[in-house]
Amino acid sequence: MKKVVSLGLVAAMAGSLVACGGNSAETTTAAATETTAAEAKETAAQGEKEETEATDGGAALEGSFKVGVIGPLTGDAAAYGLAVQHGAEIAAEEINAAGGINGAAIEIQAQDDEADPEKSVNAYNTLKDWGMQMLVGTTTSGACIAVAAETVNDNMFQITPSGSAVECVANPNAFRVCFSDPDQGTASAQYIGENKMATKVAIIYDSSSVYSDGIRETFVSEAPSQGIEIVASEAFTADNKTDFSVQLDKAKEAGAELVFLPIYYQEASIILKQAADKEFKPIFFGVDGMDGILSVENFDTSLAEGVMLLTPFAADAEDAKGFTTKYVDAYGETPNQFAADAYDAVYAVAEAAKVAGITPDMGASDICDALVPAMTQITIDGLTGTGTTWNEAGEPNKDPKAVKIVGGKYEMQ
Amino acid sequence: MSFLSYFINGISLGSIYAIIALGYTMVYGIAKMLNFAHGDIIMVGAFTTFTVVSTHSGNPLVGILAAVLVCTVLGVTIERVAYRPLRGASPLAVLITAIGVSYLLQNVALLLFGSNSKQFTSVVNIPALKLAEGQLSISGVTMVTIASCIIIMIVLTTFINKTKMGQAMLAVSEDKGAATLMGIDVNRTIAVTFAIGSALAAIAGVLLCSAYPSLTPYTGSMPGIKAFVAAVFGGIGSIPGAMIGGIILGVIENLSKAYISSQLSDAIVFSVLIIVLLVRPTGILGKTIHEKV
Amino acid sequence: MKIKAKGVTNQTTIQNLITYAIVILFWVFIQIWSMAGQMTSLLNGLLVPICTYVILAVSLNLTVGILGELSLGHAGFMCVGAFSGAFFTKAMASVIPSVGLRFAIALLVGAAVAALFGFLIGIPVLRLKGDYLAIVTLAFGEIIKNLINVLYVGKDSRGLHLSIKDVASLNLEPEGEVIIKGAQGITGTPKASTFTVGILLVLLALFIILNLVNSRTGRAIMAIRDNRIAAESVGINITKYKLLAFTISASIAGVAGVLYSHNLSSLAATPKNFGYNMSIMILVFVVLGGIGNIRGSIIAAVILTALPELLRSLNNYRMLIYAIVLIVMMLFNSAPKAIAMRERLMERIKGGKGKGAA
Repeated sequence: MKKVVSLGLVAAMAGSLVACGGNSAETTTAAATETTAAEAKETAAQGEKEETEATDGGAALEGSFKVGVIGPLTGDAAAYGLAVQHGAEIAAEEINAAGGINGAAIEIQAQDDEADPEKSVNAYNTLKDWGMQMLVGTTTSGACIAVAAETVNDNMFQITPSGSAVECVANPNAFRVCFSDPDQGTASAQYIGENKMATKVAIIYDSSSVYSDGIRETFVSEAPSQGIEIVASEAFTADNKTDFSVQLDKAKEAGAELVFLPIYYQEASIILKQAADKEFKPIFFGVDGMDGILSVENFDTSLAEGVMLLTPFAADAEDAKGFTTKYVDAYGETPNQFAADAYDAVYAVAEAAKVAGITPDMGASDICDALVPAMTQITIDGLTGTGTTWNEAGEPNKDPKAVKIVGGKYEMQ
Repeated sequence: MSFLSYFINGISLGSIYAIIALGYTMVYGIAKMLNFAHGDIIMVGAFTTFTVVSTHSGNPLVGILAAVLVCTVLGVTIERVAYRPLRGASPLAVLITAIGVSYLLQNVALLLFGSNSKQFTSVVNIPALKLAEGQLSISGVTMVTIASCIIIMIVLTTFINKTKMGQAMLAVSEDKGAATLMGIDVNRTIAVTFAIGSALAAIAGVLLCSAYPSLTPYTGSMPGIKAFVAAVFGGIGSIPGAMIGGIILGVIENLSKAYISSQLSDAIVFSVLIIVLLVRPTGILGKTIHEKV
Repeated sequence: MKIKAKGVTNQTTIQNLITYAIVILFWVFIQIWSMAGQMTSLLNGLLVPICTYVILAVSLNLTVGILGELSLGHAGFMCVGAFSGAFFTKAMASVIPSVGLRFAIALLVGAAVAALFGFLIGIPVLRLKGDYLAIVTLAFGEIIKNLINVLYVGKDSRGLHLSIKDVASLNLEPEGEVIIKGAQGITGTPKASTFTVGILLVLLALFIILNLVNSRTGRAIMAIRDNRIAAESVGINITKYKLLAFTISASIAGVAGVLYSHNLSSLAATPKNFGYNMSIMILVFVVLGGIGNIRGSIIAAVILTALPELLRSLNNYRMLIYAIVLIVMMLFNSAPKAIAMRERLMERIKGGKGKGAA
């Protein structure tokens, strides 16, 4: 009996908390954005900004499109989800300042999914309750596949900034900004082969990640036709991602000239450090997840000297300067490719919305019907590629750019 | 030669597990509880050192001392606030509270430091030792880790066997009731145990992050679980057991990564644990307790 | 749930009926609520996960509460069930076209495979005691997760192909289909889990466990929990009953896994969903609801699953609040001083009432 009593107590406590949160979420547009973002302070400031914007252009902007963002905002993948959230917020701010979409503003709300499919569906449902009309998400592949099954049922327009697994955009209502995993694997092997960078290649990958495993798979199958010999293929798992000494030793012993790292930058930064400690100096070659390595706090960027990565975005590139400055001012860190992908995703949504001529009073399903054909007609000059177009399968058509790290900066090749 | 290199790296990894496992095993021996928040105290220690060294451009030694101080205070506070009120309650209740404390520490760290991983600057600046014409290279961190583990082990054993407090700890772990009757302040003894365990966790945190330089709010949880396994492996409650368990675990993990499969290393470590426990149900150095009706 | 004397058998039945009634009323309430158009999408989406966790909590309570052994590997059985169930549904797509029928058989497959694992793991594990048993179950859970992450299974006209290396080594015919793809797991499982199915499974799990508890077998199991040596001395076959309880518990967790896997279109074994963290999560439900108290497990599972979702508006602070709630609850529920204080309070209230009546 006492258990029931105390459980009831907690329920009441939780209920009151929810009631508090609920009230603030229902008030105004600005307040709604306020509840979305992760860091309360930042968003409070931003909320004010948006409010002033709304009053400035009050006559111009009528109503708003509700755009949902999903990604891991807590948990050990939070760095990626927060980048997506921040990138999307900057894009929305810019678009609103420039007159919005068809005279209406964009309103962003981000929800946390901890990179877990189940939580991601919960986040999606929360956004639906909020009245989301379009989805920019989700950030990670596994979660994206689960949410994609929901969006196709609801006929909700979905564009994922960084969900790179093939299945993420299998449905007609889903598009993506980043390259798919097979594309990245093949493109990396081709780049290495065509530029005769190495013939003996070792791979260190995260066998518990859909993203990493997916790229490795196509890289390995493309390698022979590019004259690449895979001398070592070493895995690590999410439970063991701080000690790479064995993997590096094996790559070194196998005589690898190049180490291919289809992994995210957090692990890559440790690999570079440990390789330097071992005086193992091959060429390191990464993919888009590697972007962001220079902003790892306290990372000795000289370790990354000469690292190549195939990514659509470089924060130091000329055309990204404006975005990078804004991002650094607002969030105090250099944007990575996740932020850029999200930024482009919001612009793509805005562009398609203009072409389709949608208005904020339309339902999510009608908007989706209008946006899907419009997506294949637009061309975006974004941060992650100029002249990007989309095909009906939802894949972007753009060229990967090779980036080399020189003197602590990303340099386009 | 490569075998030796894997082996030595394994001992180094194992030494870190051993230092963490010492904290687990001491707390278990005395309070009969699994302190699941122990792994997160490691993380707090590492963040303290990181903050002190990077903001006060400081001496790494100051950083380590600060970490030891912060963790000791934290450990004692946690014990006082969260565990002491539960003395006498079911061990499972304490276990769940410890899990709550673990979530709490992780989320406070997440709010304070953000989720971006930070590269930890090694506190060890000793150059690597080269043997056999440069074929075998042992890094400074590896040497310091192994040395610290041995020193800690010796100091701890002396402390327990030679001091009054150490004897009190032994008495409390044998029989709380009898110890109270002999005039031992049980609460104080347990608090001291938590203080020592947490101080060790701070040192382990600094060594862990020096060897594997990534620091996030979740840094401590996996090494924490591995160390827990190591403590059980060696016989939970036994100090030399924790030491042996930790080192064996580290060596098996590294060798199986090198020679069997880097994906399955955890599965192999856990399989060995299961086999050992089936042969010796109370771990390598655990005491067999005969049940009475 | 202490051993009951004969005279109170009726009372036990009443208590059990109340438990069933709570579950059924919950279902009725939700149906009315959604017919009235009051359901939010979030709540709607949470219904199947809630059923999943309730089943898991109830099944773990059989091991922890009734059998009295601490298991930290329950998520492993859920994992086995989830993968075998989803695998069956995917592999049989061409043979059995009806999704509903495939799902029904998948539930049985998941239960059977998880039971087999429970049995095989139980044989060595149940020889150990206390924390050693806990750590070995944790180890088995992690091993299962690890192995599933390297497992590749494909299907073509020649049958099933298995590998622990990569897709290429499956040697599939060109039209063959890869079903389990290593770390990428199984994708595209049809969404067959519904709230009604979930509730039916909850009722089934309750039926099995409550009947077991009140049977001769259940009394034997609880006798082992309360005093193993005494139980042995009156001729109870310890190994048999321990294994029985453990296997049933695993099997029900497997059913929960099938429910889980048919609710999401992507299934991969990550530390988050099938790691030791999940096992601990389920244990939290059990301990918070009261060890051995089946109804408590249900209520705790519902509240603790919904809590972090309902706290979403607190953003980053929600997991912090969750942690604090957990600690405070445990202190309030289990601390000897808090219990004493609460009892005094209850007495005063009761006493006050008595005087008022007089």
